Amino acid sequence: MAYADDAHHGPQSFWTRYVWSQDHKVIAVQYTIIAILVGLVGVALSNLMRLQLGFPGKFDFIDANRYYQFVTMHGMIMVIYLLTALFLGGFGNYLIPLMVGARDMVFPFLNMLSFWVYFLSVIVLLSSFFVPGGPTGAGWTLYPPQAILPGTPGYDWGIILMLVSLVIFIVAATMGGLNYVTTVLQARTEGMTLLRMPLAVWGIFMATILALLAFPALFVSGVMMLLDRTLGTSFFMPAMVSMGQQLDYKGGSPLLFQHLFWFFGHPEVYIVALPAFGIVSDLVSVHSRKSIFGYRTMVWAILAIGVLSMVVWAHHMFVSGMNPYFGFFFATTTLIIAVPTAIKVYNWVITLWRGDIHFTVPMLFAIAFISTFVIGGLTGLFLGNVSVDIPLSNTYFVVAHFHMVMGVSPILVVFGGIYHWYPKVTGRMLNDTLGQVHFWITFIGTYAIFFPMHYLGVLGMPRRYYAYDNYSFIPESAHTMNMYISIAAFVVAAAQLLFVFNLAWSLRRGRAAGSNPWRAASLEWQTPQTPPEHGNWGPHLPVVYRWAYAYSVPDAPEDFIAQNAPPEAGGHEPEPHASQGVVA
Amino acid sequence: MNAESISTQEPAGVFRVTRDGPEGGPGGGGALHGHETRAPGSIGLWAFMGVATSLFSLFLVAYAMRMDSPDWHRVALPWQAWLSTALLVSASVAMHLATRAAREGRMEYARMALRLGGVGAAAFVASQLWAWQALYALHVVPANNPAGSFFYLLTAMHGLHVLGGLVGFAFVAVDRGSGPRTVRRIGLCARYWHFLLAVWVVLLGALGWLTPEIVRYICGTD
Amino acid sequence: MAIAIALVVLVVASVLFHFLSPWWATPLASNWKQMDDTLTITLVITGLFFVVINLLVGFIVWRYRHRDGHRAAYQPENPTMELWLVVLTAVGIMALLAPGLIVYADYVRPPRDAMVMEVVGQQWQWAFRFPGKSGRLGTSDARFVTASNPLGLNPDDPHGQDNVIVVGPEVHLPLNRPIKVLLRSKDVLHDFYVPPIRARMNMVPGMVTSFWFTPTQVGKFDILCAQLCGVGHYNMRGHVVVENQAAFDAWLAKQPTFALTMAKTAPPMAAGTAATPETSAASGADLVEQGRALAQSKGCVACHSVDGKPGVGPTWKGLFGSTQTFADGSSAPVDDAFLKTEISDPHARLVKGFGPLMPQLPVTDAELAALSAYIRSLGTGAAATPQAGK
Repeated sequence: MAYADDAHHGPQSFWTRYVWSQDHKVIAVQYTIIAILVGLVGVALSNLMRLQLGFPGKFDFIDANRYYQFVTMHGMIMVIYLLTALFLGGFGNYLIPLMVGARDMVFPFLNMLSFWVYFLSVIVLLSSFFVPGGPTGAGWTLYPPQAILPGTPGYDWGIILMLVSLVIFIVAATMGGLNYVTTVLQARTEGMTLLRMPLAVWGIFMATILALLAFPALFVSGVMMLLDRTLGTSFFMPAMVSMGQQLDYKGGSPLLFQHLFWFFGHPEVYIVALPAFGIVSDLVSVHSRKSIFGYRTMVWAILAIGVLSMVVWAHHMFVSGMNPYFGFFFATTTLIIAVPTAIKVYNWVITLWRGDIHFTVPMLFAIAFISTFVIGGLTGLFLGNVSVDIPLSNTYFVVAHFHMVMGVSPILVVFGGIYHWYPKVTGRMLNDTLGQVHFWITFIGTYAIFFPMHYLGVLGMPRRYYAYDNYSFIPESAHTMNMYISIAAFVVAAAQLLFVFNLAWSLRRGRAAGSNPWRAASLEWQTPQTPPEHGNWGPHLPVVYRWAYAYSVPDAPEDFIAQNAPPEAGGHEPEPHASQGVVA
Repeated sequence: MNAESISTQEPAGVFRVTRDGPEGGPGGGGALHGHETRAPGSIGLWAFMGVATSLFSLFLVAYAMRMDSPDWHRVALPWQAWLSTALLVSASVAMHLATRAAREGRMEYARMALRLGGVGAAAFVASQLWAWQALYALHVVPANNPAGSFFYLLTAMHGLHVLGGLVGFAFVAVDRGSGPRTVRRIGLCARYWHFLLAVWVVLLGALGWLTPEIVRYICGTD
Repeated sequence: MAIAIALVVLVVASVLFHFLSPWWATPLASNWKQMDDTLTITLVITGLFFVVINLLVGFIVWRYRHRDGHRAAYQPENPTMELWLVVLTAVGIMALLAPGLIVYADYVRPPRDAMVMEVVGQQWQWAFRFPGKSGRLGTSDARFVTASNPLGLNPDDPHGQDNVIVVGPEVHLPLNRPIKVLLRSKDVLHDFYVPPIRARMNMVPGMVTSFWFTPTQVGKFDILCAQLCGVGHYNMRGHVVVENQAAFDAWLAKQPTFALTMAKTAPPMAAGTAATPETSAASGADLVEQGRALAQSKGCVACHSVDGKPGVGPTWKGLFGSTQTFADGSSAPVDDAFLKTEISDPHARLVKGFGPLMPQLPVTDAELAALSAYIRSLGTGAAATPQAGK
């Protein structure tokens, strides 16, 4: 059982080291590469959409069918195949074992399988571009009955491939999720109590629990829609006259799909947001040399947000035609969830207060996260408050809100996290100048894209419109605004290529980083080798004596104390959770 | 489901993330420290059972909600469903005996009972397919009757989980060891079998006895 | 440093944008002022948070930027402060939620004396129904939908006979009378959205949903479908015209009842036989006008433009007399026979570059003649080749 004395006897061939690897670090990089590649496809699709919205009718190849296909694939790719895969499969896989002091995930073979199943799901999804009828154009929410009826692009093959791809993804996510949860519960090293784990682990941990419980709802709704489409069942399909034909379906309920979908869909946004919250806490703390303020409250907030996220789903359905009295309940729970979320924002800000703030690229992204998350979260209060939502539902206000809170702020954290941990993964720093340029264009650019959109939504411009011809209430200035938004979108998209270039270039030419360039206290920075070798810790696992946030401790010789520094070094977590676990 | 159960031999120099028992060793183990008493495979299986519980609960909620529609006609359970139940119960009993025997060191007996448990589960799947055939002969097909659709759907989902269990079972069945690791794996098989039996009992109850009236009573709608 | 400045600039720019931009809610045309008021309250409270937090962060990152010799403070927690923050936030949240729920309580309870209108949606057009003298709407079901009964009313229900049917994109409403809008869909999800009215609701096939409002402004307002309903979603257009009671009554009286529409579409004579009295009496100009009205009422204009603009289907401008190529490579000139085949059986032959999206709507011979006349009136010649697939 014991660790082999010779570290070189890990996996030997190219194939077992880089392809069929069971090493969590390799799997994490595999997830990250695929997620970024598919994310670039998603960015390209969004630019195609903006071509039409900014310059309507000027591009022949973007007809209404294609437009709706772009809209749908962009949404699904970004939410599921990029954000979820990257936060859980990418960051989760890399960070969890290192941050808790384990040698690897507890089920390495399953972990490897989870990546390849994810890869398969991406292939199946992208193959829908090449089938007759093309990919589905039903919107990422895939509502029936239209998703499987003529009148919606891809109703023949595209929707089948989409649903199959999602089912495959859910299998992958479950395999990965079992790993993350069990590793956090079972494989923490000596001294690493739950309340000494960095918030990045807490965020990913809670998100994984949500994923394990909520993805089944997508599975259920996806399988049932698949059966409606292929076998002619009537789970979601009522009696209808479609395109002049009476259809054979009857008795099904489109609202049933919506309940199932959003029972998944709302926790899904927290599956994306909670890891972002956790990671940004670590970024803010490290780069301001200050303990995260209110660590225990932050943990409780993560747990509360996770639990509450399972009872707010129907705020996506206020105008769906569901029982109107549900509106009271869901508006209330939705506004309640704002409280722990706001607490987290306060705590990030208070962490910065009286800190020693270094304007590194990760810190810039973290600060930008706070700013954009604030606006995204605040606009959620408009939409969660049922009667304010009624005129705003399905307008550009919603599009602006969810982009700010899902597409901008978590992506800023993704970037910040990659700039932060790239030195650990590769032993080299990402180029700082490119990083600064990438940051400023992305931050200012995404703000320029999505801030004005709120106003177009209040005006009443509906979302998912291919064109807005001759509406008396939409002034010409709104079309001009759409044009400027599109231009900003093209610029931001181009800037992401800088980032991708930086990732590749710095692999060979980046400045050597040393083992702990940010002088961080958490365990992942204390590995004997950088990049960490197979097994992470060398012959002896670390022993932990304190929490992960011992920064600027008074009277300490340096402004950080590593988690595994000897107990005499001090920096213990605030009472009372300095606890039994301290003893060797 | 964990590294131990899938690979019978490991590449040279690969460590194990978890440890078998309470031995420590000079810093080499330490993946578990003072608090945990359960092996990761056990926690992993509990977590997976949580996921499956969520899945079947949601299917049942969908079933209940769809019932509330004027086109709902109940479908009588084919008698094969009872045969299936008996087979699954026997399989669980066999698995339970296998676990007990393994814990007492009676490995030959344990292995025989284990195999019976696997056979029982496979026979369950066959019996379910027979039930499908019976329904089909009565012209209850997935498309024309929502109650029929759910019968096929719920039994299919459950059956797939049984088949998945049989895949895991195959790895345990070829395990010729008699150490604590093997004992644990047999125990995990048994636990999963009991879980699938519990799920089946609930599904059977819902398919056989849950009516729109009961649903409306519970939900408070009329 | 730059980031601190950037945050301040962002705040200032956002506030300026808010006050200077021309885009805000359309002028209210219904009784739902409370929704606007709650929006304003939310805007003020959240706006305050937005400004304060961003400026605070801007200040903090400037004030506590790294300077040599300076160390961060050490204050890992402060339970009292945290408790205060929770309490204050909860109070702020309740201040937002309470007015919202109060308004919503009104929204879910339409007034007893509200008049009733039904909106029926289908891909991609609107239709409307009002109760007649009896004041009741007849029952309906998708199973009853036929060529002559597009709204699927139950022909055996006596209450439905006097219902007023409006198959067309424009509906009128009387000023200042509360109205409960019942919503039905024949096929997929739609949403009846008129921004100045604020109130709206999805339309779900297989059920009847509803909302209510009172029109308070005279005018003509756009109807927009606000739930993705397929490729023609953005073009599912209509108008609500609000006028005084007398004008509304006059308009309503001109609309056919269900009984009348059923009688009018008596079994058609064999295809291509002598023209029915209507068409033989109609002169050329009347026929074109009929065709134009039909194009509206049957929703053709949802996909076929008349001014050459590309749409879901080929434009009608210049269509007549041109030669169209089909997906299989064959071609044919556009004449009356061509139009008749295309309209009666749209999926038999697909014009190259366009998808199989045209619904097969029931059209009588008389209507075909009118539509042909209208299309011919929109210009002829091969010059205008419809642009493919837009």
